Amino acid sequence: MPANEEQREIHRSGAEVLLRALKEQGVEVIFGYPGGAVLPIYDAIFQQNAIRHILVRHEQAAVHAAEGYARSTGRVGVVLVTSGPGATNAVTGLADALMDSIPVVCLTGQVPTHLIGNDAFQEADTTGITRPATKHNYLVKRAEDLARVVHEAFYVAKSGRPGPVLVDLPKDILINPAPYTPPPSTPHPSYRPQLDPDPARIAEAVALLKSAKRPIVYAGGGVINSGEAASAALIEFVRASNFPCTTTLMGLGAFPASEPQFLGMLGMHGTYEANLAMHGCDVMLAVGARFDDRVTGKLAAFSPHSRKIHIDIDPSSIDKNVKVDVPIVGDAGRALMALLEEWRASPGRPDTKAIADWWRQIDQWRARDCLRFHQPMQPGSVIKPQHAIRRLYELTRGIDRELFVTTEVGQHQMWAAQHFPFERPNRWLTSGGLGTMGYGLPAAVGVQVAHPDALVIDIAGEASILMNIQEMSTVAQYRLPVKIFILNNEYMGMVRQWQELLHGGRYSESYTAALPDFVQLAQSFHAVGLRAKSIEELDDVIREMLATDRAVIADIMVDQKENCFPMIPSGAAHNEMILGPEQEESAAGITDEGLVLV
Amino acid sequence: MANSSDNSYRSATISVLVDNEAGVLARVIGLFSGRGYNIDSLTVAPVDPERKQSRINIVTSGTEMVIGQIKAQLSRLVPVHRVADLGLEGPHVAREMALIKVICSGEKRTEALRLADAFRARVVDATTGSFVFEMTGTPDKLDAFLELMQPLGLAEVSRTGIAAIARGLKTI
Ligand SMILES: Cc1ncc(C[n+]2csc(CCOP(=O)(O)OP(=O)(O)O)c2C)c(N)n1
Ligand SMILES: [Mg+2]
Repeated sequence: MPANEEQREIHRSGAEVLLRALKEQGVEVIFGYPGGAVLPIYDAIFQQNAIRHILVRHEQAAVHAAEGYARSTGRVGVVLVTSGPGATNAVTGLADALMDSIPVVCLTGQVPTHLIGNDAFQEADTTGITRPATKHNYLVKRAEDLARVVHEAFYVAKSGRPGPVLVDLPKDILINPAPYTPPPSTPHPSYRPQLDPDPARIAEAVALLKSAKRPIVYAGGGVINSGEAASAALIEFVRASNFPCTTTLMGLGAFPASEPQFLGMLGMHGTYEANLAMHGCDVMLAVGARFDDRVTGKLAAFSPHSRKIHIDIDPSSIDKNVKVDVPIVGDAGRALMALLEEWRASPGRPDTKAIADWWRQIDQWRARDCLRFHQPMQPGSVIKPQHAIRRLYELTRGIDRELFVTTEVGQHQMWAAQHFPFERPNRWLTSGGLGTMGYGLPAAVGVQVAHPDALVIDIAGEASILMNIQEMSTVAQYRLPVKIFILNNEYMGMVRQWQELLHGGRYSESYTAALPDFVQLAQSFHAVGLRAKSIEELDDVIREMLATDRAVIADIMVDQKENCFPMIPSGAAHNEMILGPEQEESAAGITDEGLVLV
Repeated sequence: MANSSDNSYRSATISVLVDNEAGVLARVIGLFSGRGYNIDSLTVAPVDPERKQSRINIVTSGTEMVIGQIKAQLSRLVPVHRVADLGLEGPHVAREMALIKVICSGEKRTEALRLADAFRARVVDATTGSFVFEMTGTPDKLDAFLELMQPLGLAEVSRTGIAAIARGLKTI
């Protein structure tokens, strides 16, 4: 039998075809939860060993776990959920993956084709509901389309700007015989993202960069999505040019935090030096970043004196919020390499004297030491959340395992971004665009499944962790030794902070009353529970957590009233930052216009 | 919205060549409603049965930056093959068809017929008390005719929205 005919062979069921396609795509793990509409797939999974299934405890968590898997490996994460409530539960995860450009393929069951539209049991218009929450989605209505659509879903999820792709699978398609077709050997007829940058634009960009007196590099999550080569090119370019470099929340790790040219994260809770350098620069090189409102602050006052170069693989990210002078469509890594080559080859020389002056200015801003905090050390002193993160970082420094950090959403997330430095990409996983509380624990599950020997820590808040706490059961089932490090301030701290600063201290519904005892909660889920109540207990708890080879919840009781600074209030400009109480001056900054913003 | 200096609005006629598959129109419309873009007119019909492609013509308006966004957002949809900003890419022809019901009698009847003739509208249905005119032209021309019919007994209008195409040798 000729090869291609053999490959087109009819399989007993669509479910078998699906699994064959997944294997062909290199899938090793699926995060899922069963139900009526996907039983044929579960039956096929039962009868094979190549693909491992991780049973989560909620479909939202399945998507976050797949995101954690994807973000920490650079591969596509795969989700399998049932129709109706299974699919609707997954929506938050899909929206999260869309906002943060994480490649995920989500397989959903659907009622059989002849029942679609009849309000059948557990029917939902899944492609309709998820259309704006996915990069693309498909409803497979014919057996002969199944394999092709699955292959295409993987291609779309990982090509260009990555994102979640959903494939809706009616039950009859899964049960009836179906033909298998291999991935196509020809390019996709319509979706072909541009990877190579236009050389003319690169030359234009380099000429502008060489003329810069106050340059800055502003790198985002796109550099990480592009792969390690992009980070390497970024480091090389920044070193070669002696330019300062800042990253977004999603870009942390794309540039090593220990490099002297790193200014820290920018944006709403970014550093004083990063935000003032963005404000004062004359040439900005944005790469794989999207000028999000958390980054730009008040748009009309955003970096008012700069010429801007923007590298992005998604043309719709360019000129969306901020008009740029040199748009470069292409893969971040390829564009940075082209830039570096042109930087070396082109005749002009950078204005080293002006750049040295610029560095003197930046060093003055740095001297403000904007992240400084005061931790009283006498026994009984309350733990500062920043100090807890610093200690966590310092006590994990020497370990001989790979380290990954996930977070939930809130103050603890911002403190982690500020106080836990990353040297390499793909080690920091956080929900940036959607800001999804409950992301961190399931994401940690996904990371730990992909990296069984790594140390995986979820830096959590006591409110966020309750949003997907059921995943402790997944953690127990697969003996995943994840560490949950709760900065317990008994408040939805970020909400409380806004209420303090913007709503006259009226703490409406932001106290997290009736919390569980996290130590006992850990134990009831077969994990180890630890607690630190005051400063002298902190290091011991962290050490014990790190020495434990099982899952741990460390409940770190921290200062309830601590605020996260610096802060650019919404509606304010970068140079209207509020600094913490440790700093001398503190601007008012919040306008009525700012109040309406989130 | 953005810190662009050019905040003046313009109208744009955008043609989009898409795979003729389920949900493709919902994707395009969802994009416009989800991102708050205007749709002044929208038409869609299959144009290439062999390649299973349809053409969507959209008339929209916005600042230069917003129109640039609309085109970029449309271009990145998976089933989209080509996006053409007809006004920007050269001269183009845009036409719309309308069926117009006018209910009138006596002198108004004669006046309606006289105007229809001047505007090259065809009578496609007539009773003793009514006409249905069929008229093709630019949206402006249709608007002008409808305004004239208003006092004569304009009762109902059905418009297609515009079909548009570039002039000369250029194709999408
Ligand atoms: C699903 C979801 N609901 C609501 C919010 C709004 N929100 C942002 S931070 C926050 C409080 C988080 O509290 P906690 O997890 O204790 O973190 P903390 O700020 O105290 O560190 C809330 C409610 C959100 N981001 N996500
Ligand atoms: Mg809290």
